[in-house]
Amino acid sequence: MGTGQEHTVKAFDADIKQLRALISQMGGLAEQAIHDAMKALQRGDTALAEEVRKKDKAIDAIEAEVEKLVVRVIALRAPMADDLREVIAALKIAAVVERIGDYAKNVAKRVPLIHTAGEERIEALSLLPAMARMASDMVHDVLDAFASRDAAVAAEICARDTALDDFYDSIFRTLVTFMVENPRTVSQVAHLLFVAKNIERIGDHATNVAEMVYFAATGRYLADEAATA
Amino acid sequence: MTDIPSKMSARGVSVFYGDKQAVKDVSIDIDMDKVTAFIGPSGCGKSTFLRTLNRMNDTIASARVTGDIMLDGENIYSSAMDVVQLRARVGMVFQKPNPFPKSIFENVAYGPRIHGLAASKSELEAIVERSLKRAGLWEEVKDRLQDSGTALSGGQQQRLCIARAIAVDPEVILMDEPASALDPIATAKIEELIHELRGRYAIAIVTHNMQQAARVSQRTAFFHLGTLVEYGETDQIFTTPREERTKDYITGRYG
Repeated sequence: MGTGQEHTVKAFDADIKQLRALISQMGGLAEQAIHDAMKALQRGDTALAEEVRKKDKAIDAIEAEVEKLVVRVIALRAPMADDLREVIAALKIAAVVERIGDYAKNVAKRVPLIHTAGEERIEALSLLPAMARMASDMVHDVLDAFASRDAAVAAEICARDTALDDFYDSIFRTLVTFMVENPRTVSQVAHLLFVAKNIERIGDHATNVAEMVYFAATGRYLADEAATA
Repeated sequence: MTDIPSKMSARGVSVFYGDKQAVKDVSIDIDMDKVTAFIGPSGCGKSTFLRTLNRMNDTIASARVTGDIMLDGENIYSSAMDVVQLRARVGMVFQKPNPFPKSIFENVAYGPRIHGLAASKSELEAIVERSLKRAGLWEEVKDRLQDSGTALSGGQQQRLCIARAIAVDPEVILMDEPASALDPIATAKIEELIHELRGRYAIAIVTHNMQQAARVSQRTAFFHLGTLVEYGETDQIFTTPREERTKDYITGRYG
């Protein structure tokens, strides 16, 4: 959708552009947080994990900035139709991306607990980064779809969530089996279960964002479309 | 759109000023319990179309109207139609308040008197009071009904004009930018009044203020270059317009 045509009031375009830039910046930080948290987990790098926790504040700060800008745009520009949907979507997406950042932070928090002294190599650890990459790709692509108002990509991302859920189920089984076979690792592996769950939740949130992007772009609900298809 | 027949229906209406076609093949229904807003950029034909609904265009020598406009199933352009009667049934409120240079009372009493709607002085007084009450002006003027209508504030004058339109017991009220010359508070009073009048009259309003269209109407018609581009429920028009041209206009992207 979108004629791509500019508003007669150019300042309105500047506001919308700024809003998109903030969302994209926030998304970039969230992606980076997922990436760094997984890297810290793999390497047992507690310093990097600590950094992820600290950087989460930057994501929170942008969320607040998005909120202020959205209130201002609604008050001053009275956006209509697709503009209004986009502004509302931006507000909701900012809240979701903030949650995604929290999940990455939670993964980072668990790094020192998983990598205790005298650890054994936990084999499922090698599967988690692939799952995390899948989730962070969803986050990346869905925010691209938001910036370009691309409903088709948004719909496609929703479909990807099923694969991520399957991935989670298989990692869950692997971890449980590992716990049974290596009872001494139970507390560390329990943390890994939470890590896997966090990644799975990131995928759910990316899917929520995709639904918002779809609505912002088309004015229709993806769920309704699926029901009538 | 409903089973109840529309109060007014326009079918294939075109308006020409000399050789120039100002309205092109417009079909639209105006219902009793709905406020219908006409929006569109200047020169799109929305006011011209509104004026066809009570044959105001008859006063312009070069204007020619084709197509059918029905009021309760009766063609208002048929030779059997009494134009004076028509304009009593389909009242109009203009952009600039235009009270007669007479007293507040006379402004409202004039219509009922010439149309013979009151048999006695007390009946006429009752009509004036009821009309001023419906127009939300009674409390402000009841103690000075003999003051000149032109001495009122702009917003009060506009409500006086609405009272004047109501006094002849119309079925349809046409409003051509009724609030564009008023301050925000007077505007809000007019909008509240439109809200209260809905249901009693079929109302069509032309407005340049899209927020106003969104606030007061249940249906919105978007005109562009003489054609009716889109007509639908107001919330649909303002949240998910179907036509690209409608969207560009309401989001402020219009050329």
